[in-house]
Amino acid sequence: MSDSNTATAPPVIVINDLVKHFGRFAALRGLTASFDAARIYTILGDNGAGKTTLLRALAGLVRPTRGCISMLGTTDLSSVRPQFGYMAHPSFLYDEMSGMENLRYFARLYGIEDDQRCAKTIARVGLDPELRRPIGQYSQGMRQRMSLARALLHDPRLLLLDEPFSNVDVSSAREMAKLLTEMRDAGKTILVVTHQAQLLEGAADEFVWMQAGQIVDRTQDLQPLRSLWQGQDPHTGGAEER
Amino acid sequence: MKRVFPLLGGLTAVLLSYALYQALVVAPTDQLQGDVYRIIYYHVPSAWTAFVLFFVNFVASIVYLIRRSAKADMIALVTAEVGVVFCTVVLVTGPIWARPVWGIWWTWDLRLTLTLVMWLIYVSYLMLRRFSSSGQTPVMAAVLAVFGALDMPLVYFSIWYFRTQHPSPVIGGGGSIDPVMLRVWMINWAAFLCFALMVCWSRYRLERLQREVEEMQALESMIEPRSAR
Amino acid sequence: MSMLSGIAAATLSKDLRLEWRSKDAINSMLFFALLVVVIFSFSFNPTAEESRRIAGGLVWVAFLFAAVVALNQTWARELRNQVLDAYRVSPAPANALFLAKAFGNFIFVSVLEALMTPLFIVFYSLRALGPVWQLIPVAVLGTWALVVNGTFFAAMSLRTRSREIMLPLLLFPISIPALLAMVEATSAILTGEVSAKFWIVLLVAYDVVFTTGCLLLFETVLHAE
Repeated sequence: MSDSNTATAPPVIVINDLVKHFGRFAALRGLTASFDAARIYTILGDNGAGKTTLLRALAGLVRPTRGCISMLGTTDLSSVRPQFGYMAHPSFLYDEMSGMENLRYFARLYGIEDDQRCAKTIARVGLDPELRRPIGQYSQGMRQRMSLARALLHDPRLLLLDEPFSNVDVSSAREMAKLLTEMRDAGKTILVVTHQAQLLEGAADEFVWMQAGQIVDRTQDLQPLRSLWQGQDPHTGGAEER
Repeated sequence: MKRVFPLLGGLTAVLLSYALYQALVVAPTDQLQGDVYRIIYYHVPSAWTAFVLFFVNFVASIVYLIRRSAKADMIALVTAEVGVVFCTVVLVTGPIWARPVWGIWWTWDLRLTLTLVMWLIYVSYLMLRRFSSSGQTPVMAAVLAVFGALDMPLVYFSIWYFRTQHPSPVIGGGGSIDPVMLRVWMINWAAFLCFALMVCWSRYRLERLQREVEEMQALESMIEPRSAR
Repeated sequence: MSMLSGIAAATLSKDLRLEWRSKDAINSMLFFALLVVVIFSFSFNPTAEESRRIAGGLVWVAFLFAAVVALNQTWARELRNQVLDAYRVSPAPANALFLAKAFGNFIFVSVLEALMTPLFIVFYSLRALGPVWQLIPVAVLGTWALVVNGTFFAAMSLRTRSREIMLPLLLFPISIPALLAMVEATSAILTGEVSAKFWIVLLVAYDVVFTTGCLLLFETVLHAE
């Protein structure tokens, strides 16, 4: 959480005037930002603010209409694929295979043939590597944790997590938040989009508030944003705050 | 630019009228077929025009895949649309001609069959453009156009050999071409090309305007959560 | 290069394992193939003499319809839970995925053909008068022709509206030369009247052209949006 040791390190992500149109709808309108190494950034905002689109653009799943993204020093996002992990609300796992079988396959995609590593990653997220049950029969919390394991498997420098805590029970969510803190302390950069910012209240280095496809505020603290929520908008409707 | 279009329109109108006159009046009547054969002056130049348009579509698609230029995508779109229309003219005039002259509605004539397959490929192209999600449409369509173009030589050879095994009438006759007929063909072709250019150009302008409006709407859209999608 | 084949092999074995586990897909496909043969046999009921002339067409059209149903299936699995996105963000080469899917489809469709062929022979009392061994390259090349483009177009159709009808709409026109070749070659071999050589060469050309095209363009298709 200190800014002294990252002052000299180059930012991990640099975004310049990023624009994304989906037909008549502008999801991102000229977003400019940079994100430094070894930090946890929590990205917040209403539905439709562009948070998911931003993460998908960083992951290379969505091609910008205009603008420039530089990740880990290069604008060629496909070359840095081994260095980041992406997780979203769909589990990105095969329901009919067990946890180990899933991870073994995805490890292969990253050139990893080590079963031990898969088992260790599964254990790290608090699940049992020996469990033969197919993922389709897991609870939502277990599935999200396995999905996180898939994202962590290749030990990426950067994590892009879109709603990792949604529909997850409180204790699983707290475990995941703790794990993220450990990873940040080990030097990883983590961007988390969530509607449950309070889970990361102690851990996050910065809260990034998005609205209408742009970043409107960045704070170290959840408080001012909290009042912003509770103040106004019928749109937020209390869905995030339950 | 604004002045060129009406000029082109005028030129097209003149050429089409002149071509019509040539086809219906000036060209000699065929001894065997009578006046029915005059449909050839629409059938053949339409086919040539369609081939030209699809060639342009192929080139534009390749340019799009290399440079991702929106202009190339729009050119591919308009040439496909207009090309399908000309293809349809060929496919309709063929049977209309074949029936009174040869007594059959259809024959696996090389040019006719090639045109049919081309028509099918480009209709599937237009359907893909309509059904795909808007972000992907240009890329997918361009890829399909390349596949279609790769297919054409194979179609040609397969039909050519098929015909050597299963001979059937040739629409339009083979043999030497009367120089007067050739001249009328060329005049008609020139007229059709001008007409095709005019239609493509209008369609291109329409498409470009539509895209500009869409972009402006995106920029100005109100901040609505859960909007539009 | 070895990374490509390694990942393709891993993907193929994963697909085969998943297919085996959810056997309902295989069973319904096999039954569908059987039904197609029976319906065709009811609809076209020639004598043994005539049947040799038309069997080529019947058999390949039946295979084509069965193949389309199979082809639509195999990508469907990647859409559940959006697993395809996980592949796209990984450094795995796009062609590894394509080859795995294409080979998987080839195996699947070949199994269907192996089931349907004896039934056709029985219902139509087929007996080849020409060189029977030539049917093997025709079957292999023809099936690959359908499967390579079918896998590619099925991937293209994934994110379109009316995904399932889109595949045949795209596949059938482009497959016309290959279909003509398959049908004519089969008829030539069954009737023994002419040589099937030209058609076999055409199938080879078709397969080479489109396999190359698919391999060159699949990455573009996979990473489109």
